[in-house]
Parts: sequence; C-alpha cells; structure tokens
Amino acid sequence: MRVALFVTCVNDAVYPSTGIATVRLLERLGVEVDFPEAQTCCGQPQYNTGYRAETEPLVRRTAAAFEGYEYVVTPSGSCAAMVRQHYPKIGDASAASLATRTYELTEFLVDVLGVTDVGAYFPHTVTYHPSCHGLRLLGLGDRPRRLLEAVEGLELRELPGADECCGFGGTFAVKNSDVSTAMGQDKVSNAVSTGADVLCGADNSCLMHIGGVLRREEAPLRALHLADILASTREEPLV
Amino acid sequence: MSTSPAAGPGPGPDSASGAAPGSASGSGSGSRERILAKVRAAVADAPDAPEVTRGYLDTHTPDAGMVDLLAENLADYRAVVHRTDSAGLTELLMRLLAEHGSRTVLVPPGLPPSWLAAADPTRIHDREASTAAELDEVDSVVTGCAVAIAETGTIVLDGSPDQGRRRISLIPDHHICVVRAPEQVVASVPRALPRLDPTRPLTWISGPSATSDIELDRVEGVHGPRTLEVVLVED
Amino acid sequence: MSGTFVGMPSFPRAAKEAVHNKTLRGNLRHATHTIRDKRAKAVAELADWAELREAGKQIKDHTLRHLDRYLLQLEDRVAAAGGTVHWAADADEANRIVTDLVRATGETEVVKVKSMATQEIGLNEALEAEGIAAYETDLAELIVQLGDDRPSHILVPAIHRNRGEIRDIFRTKMGDWGRAAPKGLSDTPADLAEAARLHLREKFLRAKVGISGANFMVAETGTLVVFESEGNGRMCLTLPETLISVVGIEKVVPTWRDLEVFLQTLPRSSTAERMNPYTSTWTGTADGDGPRTFHLVLLDNGRTDTLADEVGRQALRCIRCSACLNVCPVYERAGGHAYGSVYPGPIGAILSPQLRGIQSEIDASLPYASSLCGACYEVCPVAIDIPEVLVHLRERVADQGGKGHRLEKAAMKAAGWVLDHPGVLGAGERVASKTRKLHPSKLPGAGAWTRSRELPEMPAEPFRDWWKKNRGESGTTPNTEGKKP
Repeated sequence: MRVALFVTCVNDAVYPSTGIATVRLLERLGVEVDFPEAQTCCGQPQYNTGYRAETEPLVRRTAAAFEGYEYVVTPSGSCAAMVRQHYPKIGDASAASLATRTYELTEFLVDVLGVTDVGAYFPHTVTYHPSCHGLRLLGLGDRPRRLLEAVEGLELRELPGADECCGFGGTFAVKNSDVSTAMGQDKVSNAVSTGADVLCGADNSCLMHIGGVLRREEAPLRALHLADILASTREEPLV
Repeated sequence: MSTSPAAGPGPGPDSASGAAPGSASGSGSGSRERILAKVRAAVADAPDAPEVTRGYLDTHTPDAGMVDLLAENLADYRAVVHRTDSAGLTELLMRLLAEHGSRTVLVPPGLPPSWLAAADPTRIHDREASTAAELDEVDSVVTGCAVAIAETGTIVLDGSPDQGRRRISLIPDHHICVVRAPEQVVASVPRALPRLDPTRPLTWISGPSATSDIELDRVEGVHGPRTLEVVLVED
Repeated sequence: MSGTFVGMPSFPRAAKEAVHNKTLRGNLRHATHTIRDKRAKAVAELADWAELREAGKQIKDHTLRHLDRYLLQLEDRVAAAGGTVHWAADADEANRIVTDLVRATGETEVVKVKSMATQEIGLNEALEAEGIAAYETDLAELIVQLGDDRPSHILVPAIHRNRGEIRDIFRTKMGDWGRAAPKGLSDTPADLAEAARLHLREKFLRAKVGISGANFMVAETGTLVVFESEGNGRMCLTLPETLISVVGIEKVVPTWRDLEVFLQTLPRSSTAERMNPYTSTWTGTADGDGPRTFHLVLLDNGRTDTLADEVGRQALRCIRCSACLNVCPVYERAGGHAYGSVYPGPIGAILSPQLRGIQSEIDASLPYASSLCGACYEVCPVAIDIPEVLVHLRERVADQGGKGHRLEKAAMKAAGWVLDHPGVLGAGERVASKTRKLHPSKLPGAGAWTRSRELPEMPAEPFRDWWKKNRGESGTTPNTEGKKP
C-alpha cells in the first residue's frame, strides 16, 4: 500500500521529528510513503482568521499536490479536519475529492490498516489530551487511546478535564493571549495532577502551546506527539 | 404602530399581502410594514426550508409503568407524593391539611364537594373580586388538574372549574393537587399537548418553585408554593 | 445604574481583568462545571436527543424562511384573543411604545419577569428616565439590580457572584428598594431565596403592570410561552391588570405541536432539569383570570439584518438556553462582562456583532473570542454551528479592515505567497533552522506568545530536507509540483 504523507507546515518547519516518526511508523507497518513536495500549508490559519481569499490558492495547491493518491495521511487532527470539513465548500471537485481521501494518522492506523498494536515500546507514564478538532470535528473517539494502551511498557493515566480545549486555537493564542494562557495553565495543572512523565497529543500546534506553558512553568513533564511514541521501539527507543 | 383587538380577522397564514388586519389604527410609524418588507427581502434568495421531519419518539415510557414513573419524577423534584383510591381521598385530604396546620383553604368553584367533606379548614372561594393580598392570607389550596406527564413529573392546570384561576395555585404557600390515575396521566410531553387547549391559560408545574440562581445550586421554595403535594387517585 | 455596555473595551482587554480575578474565576468555574455535568445527565436520559435537536433546528429554519407569514398569523390570532400587537423596528421605538403604555395606566412602577429582549433594549433605563420604577423579580436579576451590576449570563445573570457576595448585596441594598433583608441573614442559598421571597412579595401583591418577554410564540394559536423556575414569572403574568410582553420576532414557532420539541430540549439544556418548575402559556386575555389588558411588542432591533446573512442567520434559531456558555472554556475564564453585551458567551459572540453591527471595537473583537473548540456546537439544542458563524464574521471584520486588520491582511498575503512557493518556503525554513542558536528567547513582536509561554526550539533542519536526504533519492518519486504519482 502506498500513501502520501501530508506532513503539515507546522511539522515541516518546527516538528520534523513527528514527520520522521510518522514515516518510520508507517514503513514499519509495511506502508510505502510518498512526500509530495508541492505541499505547504492547508490554509487553516488563513481560513480561521477570516482570510478566505488568501485561503483559496492554498486549497488549490494542496488539492493538486495530493491528486491521485488513494490515501493521504496526516499526523494532525486539526489539518485533517480543515481538509475534510472545509475543503468541499472552499475548493473545486479536486478539493472535495481530497476531503474523502484524507486520514488523520490514528484513523488510518485503526480503520484502514486495522491495527492497534503497532509494536511500539515506550516505558513511561503518559496522559493523553485529545485535541478539539480531532475529538469533535473528526470524531476520533477512542482510537488514540487504544493505540496508546497497546504500547509496551506504557502506563496510561486519565487526564482530568481531557475534553476541554487547551487554549491554542490558532491566532486565538495571540489575539486573546490572556484567556489562551489561562486555558493552557489549567490544562497543564490537570496534566501535572496525573503524575505522568509525558503529555501526549495528536496535534503539534496544540502541543506547541501546551509545551510552551509546561516549559515556562517548569512543570515536571514534557509534551510529545502520539506519532513519536508509536514510532519508538525496543530497538530504537525514544528516550 | 398597533393593531387593535377590535380589528376584523386579518390575513391568514397563507396571505402574502401583509396588509394590517382590518387596517387597524393606521397612525403608527410604519414599522410593521418596514419589518415585514425587510423580512421578505432577507429570505428572498434563501433556500427552501421544508416541513419538519419529526424523527423523535412519541414517548420514552411504556404505558404500564407510567403512574409509577410519574410518582418517582414528582418526588425527584421535591413534590410530596401520596397514592390512594377514591374511597380514601376525603380522609387523606383532611389529614394533609391538618398536618400542614392549615386554618383556611382555597377552593376552586368546581372542586368535587366530597373531596373536602371531612376537612376542617375554613373554605375560601375563588372569586374574581378577591385581592392578591387577601389570597396571601390563605394557608392552602386544593385543585384538580388537566393532565399529568410521567416522564417529566409535571402536572398541568388549565383553569377548569376544579382548578380555578391561575393565581389561587400560586399565592398560597401549600398546594395540594389531585390527579386521577391513569386517566389523567400521559407518558410524555408529545402526548400531553394534544390533550390541552391552547386558548386556555395553562400552568405547567414540576415540583415546588425553585431556583438555581445562586452558584447554580438548586434550592426549592421561592415565590410559588413551597410545598407541593400531589395525590394520585387510582381505582 | 451601570447596566450599560456602551463604550466597552475590546474583548481581549476586558477579559484580561477577569482572567486575573481569582474570586471570579473560582465562581465561574464552580458554577459552569456543576451545570455541565448535570446537563449531560439530563440529556443522556433521552435516547432521541439527536432527533429532537434536528427537529428543533428544522422548526426554526422553516419559521425563519417564512417569518413574514408566521408573524402575520401570530398578529391575527393575538388580536382575535383580545391582545394588542405593536411592531418596534429598534430599541428606541420599543422603549417608547412600552413607556407610553405604562404611562397610559397611570402607574409609576412595574414588575418584570426576566427577559433578554427588554435587557437588550435597555428598557429599565428608559422607564426610569420617565419616572417609572421597574423591579426585576428573577432572583439573579434582583441580585444584579440591587448590586448596580451588569448581567453576565443568559440564564443566571449573577453567575459571577458567590453566596457571600450575594448576602452582602442583600444586606446593604435591599432596604433601599423596599423591604430590607432579615436581620442576621446567612449565606445559605435557602436563606437568600427566602429573603428575596419576602422582599418581592409586597411588590407582586400591589403590582398593576407586569412586563415580560417570551420563550416562544405560537403562530397558529397566538399563544405566548414563558419558562421559569421561581414563580416570579407566574406572579408577573397573572396578578397585574396590564401585561406587556416584548418579544423578538424570531421567537415565533408555527404550531402548538412544535412546543413538544422545545418543552423537552430547553429545560434539559438550560437548567439541566427534565422540566423547569413552571411554564406558563397564555393566549390574549382570559375572562376573569389574569390581566385584562395584554400588549405584545414585536421587536426587530437588528434581527432582520441578521436574517439577511445566509451563514449568520442560524443564530436566530437560538432559544436562549445558555448551554453554550456553560461548556465554553473561554466564557469560563473571561466571564460574561467581557463580551460587552447582554448576550455573552459563544452565542453572544455571534449574536451581538450581528444585531449591533461590527463597527465598534467590542463587536469587531467578539468573533475572535473563541478558540473554535466546537464544544458550543456540540451542546446546542438547535444545532447552531457557532464556530462556522464565528469564522464567517471574522471574514466580515477582516474585510472591513481597521485597527490591526490591515497589517494582518498584508502578512496573510505575504505568507500566502511563500506558501504557494515550496522552494521559497524550504529556503525560509532552512534559514530559521540555521540561525536557531541566534534566536532570542523572546522574539520582538512575539510578546503575546512569549509573555506566558516558551517558543519551541527550532529543529536542525525542516522535514522536507530530511526527506530529500533520506528518502528523496530512493524508491519513491516525489510529486514535486502536483503531478500525478
């Protein structure tokens, strides 16, 4: 099986490790991965900030970049939701078609490949934050949780108030930085209360915000993308 | 502008004209026509909105368990529930009024006389001339009801002769409502509406008055009767 | 009274104060979390919730599509039942109509049932200016009125106050408005409710004019419906000789049967009850029972403008349950006052800028007062896609330009150009990575981020470079400019 990786602009520029982890994970599961280099950004920041005209060329570009691939996989619930929810109304037939072929990573693993045990090894206590767009727009449900529960050595701890937004929200994080920070701080206190070493999420934009608060407050845990954990094995463990 | 009640019948629902019913006062500001014109312009290009699909349930409750569920839900919202039969009703009402220490009781004009045959308190009749202040001196009120809804623990009064004016079940601090079960009980809200006449003033009551206005904690007993007793009469 | 929102600062500035007010944060957190859990339980009792929600949405959409027809039918039926119907294009006209009606009775005081429409038009202030005292009778409204405060929640306008603060307001202020609070008043909710009962009773018993809103108006019968809990509504609707109801034109529903949907969804969404303690319905006037005179004032005040917006019009489906406020993480932290309107929270963020327009600073900032987390849409009993409307209104604000938005648009355009040229993007990413050691920990201009959060460390190279080095040459063919693989 061959898939196109839709790495997302945030992962490309800031979190390449998540892109690399996604490639290694998929290859380990026998999937052939392509990276169409014409891809840049899905246009979500522009769209959600009210710049529809500026969004349209990015929608066209993204749709063209992934044309012909049966499966387009992305390690971001938010970007997957942008494509799935909004592309059909912003773009043309090609954009609408991409919406039907785009899978968030955990959807692809659980629904398409039919696996929950991906052979990962990560001997740490982990708590999981389900980002809003994955939770509410994609309906990822318990897929991430099932994947984490199958990881060898991993102890999963329940995050209190898990379904509450972390406060990132794209440009919301800077336009309303006080409220955004207050939300992030509450998310961090909830994460700290679990005693976990790692706060795991499936959206690096949210983790950039939560991680930024974690580090500023010198909280005793770090933020990691789910793909980084799932890519970790006994042979090549993520430390 | 105003349209007076004396005006003749106006256009029905299918009228597109929008002329004022009977061209009422006519001296207004023209806001009526302006608002209607703006409404029409606003939706002129809107997609059609078809009739409603009612995919929801008519009831969530089997008829067999209806009366028990009513009792349970009434009690859940702090109404005091009593169950008796016709033979026991007179004595029960006497006892409830005595236990409450009531010296006076408001009586709707059509309350079956037998209900209060044994009761001690002085009867006060529901009269239009009574002032609110006078009613405020009365200890209790006894009424029937139009319908009771099991799923929500609701009794509905419609001002029929055994229920009286709306204010008599409002001002006294103690309300006893008699429900004939199962005849007056329906399972659900969708089954209650067809049994009610919208032209009558209706009062839907679900437990004694309450408020959640302080820290969103529910507290029973504000302006309406602080004690609501519901008597289910089953024969 | 300070019950006005004129000249409000933009949302971020107003919210900043609230966020740092520990008491307020605690009060809001406690109240919203309490009701959130209860609502979830009340809704879970109904297996057909999704269908009820869909039916509620369809009833409202159908009504709005044919609003002229249903308003005319309503007017006809209310008039036939002995009521008088008035039409008010805006707040001023509505206030004038009501003031004239009260003056015609010769009375100088009125009792009021909690009503969003009369708050929206500032009726109390308008009456006061004409020498008419308006007494709020809902417990939370009373707390707000006595405290010379502003409402901060649709259902529970005093949600920002805790029991201790309420006791203090009652102790110091009740005497100025009528019967004083009992001596030694405690802060238990039951005692506070009892104090309100005693204080308001004398007002109810002597009231000659009542003023209300309505939750629904039934076109086919001319019936108005008020949902309430305390009995203050029943007092105002039945004891006075004259009743004046001020209702937004979007509150009409076509049929009596339509109420079967909202009688199930509104209480569960609002107070998280199977049914609220009291619901009153009335059709015109009734012989010998209740007010002898009934006036209905139909209010536009921006609603027809909202109706004209194909995306925004769904906000008119709102039944004012406030479930969206109770689940909103932004509302929970910013509080209701920051929204600068009687309609706070997510619904306020899409309703106020539509009813009032986006010219003012506060209204232009409201569409951004959301992280677009979608919790509001999930709980809305009439399925208003609040995030969709927020984004739509952001487009209108951005189009309008103005403070901050011209620069932002230029930046978006520049970013758009880079993002449309992957080669340039890659070069930029490489520069950022190469110079990462030189980045100051607090980038100039990034203050809104770095005041409270660290910036991520830039990686040694972007993903696309790793790919080129490690996978680009081997088996797979990169689809460089959108060609088919």
